Amino acid sequence: MNYLALVYYDENKMSEMSQPEWDSLNRECMACVENLQQSGHYIAGNPLLPTHTATTVRVRDDKVSTMDGPFAETKEQLAGYYLLEARDLNEAIQLAGKIPPARYGSIEVRPVRALRESDNDGRNSKNPA
Amino acid sequence: MDTPVTHTADHARSLQHEIGRIYESESRRVLATLIRLLGDFDLAEEALHEAFSAALKQWAIEGMPDNPRAWLVSAGRFKAIDQIRKNARFNDHISDLRSAASTDEDTHNLAQRDDLTIADDQLRLIFICCHPSLSVEAQLALTLREVCGLTTEQIARAFLTSAPTLAQRIVRAKAKIRDAKIPYEIPEQKQLPERLAAVLDVIYLLFNEGYSPAAGEHVVQTDLTREAIHLCRQLHELLPQPEVKGLLALMLLQDSRRTARTDASGDIVLLQDQDRSLWDQEQINEGLPLVTQALKSRRFGPFSVQAAIAAVHAEAERPEQTDWNQIAGLYEALARIQPSPVVSLNQAVAISMAQGPAAGLQRIETLLHQKTMQEYHLAHAARADCLKRLGHYQAAAEAFKQALNFAKQEPERRFLRARLQECHCHLKK
Repeated sequence: MNYLALVYYDENKMSEMSQPEWDSLNRECMACVENLQQSGHYIAGNPLLPTHTATTVRVRDDKVSTMDGPFAETKEQLAGYYLLEARDLNEAIQLAGKIPPARYGSIEVRPVRALRESDNDGRNSKNPA
Repeated sequence: MDTPVTHTADHARSLQHEIGRIYESESRRVLATLIRLLGDFDLAEEALHEAFSAALKQWAIEGMPDNPRAWLVSAGRFKAIDQIRKNARFNDHISDLRSAASTDEDTHNLAQRDDLTIADDQLRLIFICCHPSLSVEAQLALTLREVCGLTTEQIARAFLTSAPTLAQRIVRAKAKIRDAKIPYEIPEQKQLPERLAAVLDVIYLLFNEGYSPAAGEHVVQTDLTREAIHLCRQLHELLPQPEVKGLLALMLLQDSRRTARTDASGDIVLLQDQDRSLWDQEQINEGLPLVTQALKSRRFGPFSVQAAIAAVHAEAERPEQTDWNQIAGLYEALARIQPSPVVSLNQAVAISMAQGPAAGLQRIETLLHQKTMQEYHLAHAARADCLKRLGHYQAAAEAFKQALNFAKQEPERRFLRARLQECHCHLKK
């Protein structure tokens, strides 16, 4: 089963880090990716530039509107993602716990659903049965 | 086992009675195993009911099987496979057959094989219901429904919510288990302490929900306390770890004071004023050795220390005999494992009992500098009590009034008003 691990942290707090600290955290992330690759859990992943680089796009009445910034103002911001292959949620949680920024922010773990021609599920959050 | 079939009303009644007894003692175990075999909560529950109705019919004719539990597991599994096959014909979802039909082991042997597997299934069920990726409300509801076998209506009543709301909560939790693929397994050794702590928290929450509901008229709601103790006893049989002993002891010792804790009008009776002959000696006798065992292991946690504190109280025949120095020491140990202002407050109260109100007052006033303490009614009540014992009735009355500002439970408010009245009486003299 595939899980997306979304990495969130407070950008302002992270920007207060010294250059050596920040570099060392990035090196840790590279090592983390390498370990995940070796154990066969890694599918894809990338860090993102901060939210001031974000643009939000919507289409309404066939018109595209673009807005500056992320879609919502939150205390912690999306900073990157890992797409993981895991046996089940317990394994995914264990893997997410090894992602270095988990020490500073939070990792949201979400199962990935399959996109199909028909009979897609996972749309109705109110009545999942 | 095969007795001659006598189709009398008596026979049918006694069989029904017997099956009722088996339902009571075995249904949760059968369910736990069926969930593993079928890989689905709802399917397993349906299969469980099918199995029991089949038992009613078949056992009347063939007599009771040697191993009713294995019979029920086997019957439930075959009913479920039947159901899946029927659905598969309509939906073409042959893949649904995977977990149910692909096991070529004979279920009969499988269920009979050893009690260890059964015990493991029960633990799997407990750990999945208390999985930390479910909300605490969902964990409580699911545990009561699946592990304890309470009905949705019973659970709803206990949590003062509607049955549909509760049913929805359970449906969502099961959907998350299925969709996020929460595994039906006992956590591996590395995760076990953390996961076990989560289970113990759920059990103690249940107990406290029964022991002191968050708001309202009544102080004790015994159904949930009984379920919590029963569940912990079961967990202790399956996994006799020190903290499980500690929690079981803590609940037994607290619950032993149940009848002494309130008076006829439902008002709180303080520990020092309780009629100790009302304490349930049976529960105390079960709890005390558990505390000793837990502490001896040296791998105990906060529940064991709290149980040790309750044990010191339980061992004092009269309030004056209470070893407050030991209690103060235990609170200090607790503050080290699980630091919290509330623990420090209790430590201060114990010190006020061991060394006098002046020593306690000093510590309580330091604690009241913390913001979280300033809205905590018991902090003000503890300060008021020290002031009263020192004879500072005016200041004590003010502090009791502050405590009243933050107290929510009606019996607690009545208690505080009575103490306030006592201060006023002293002032009038």
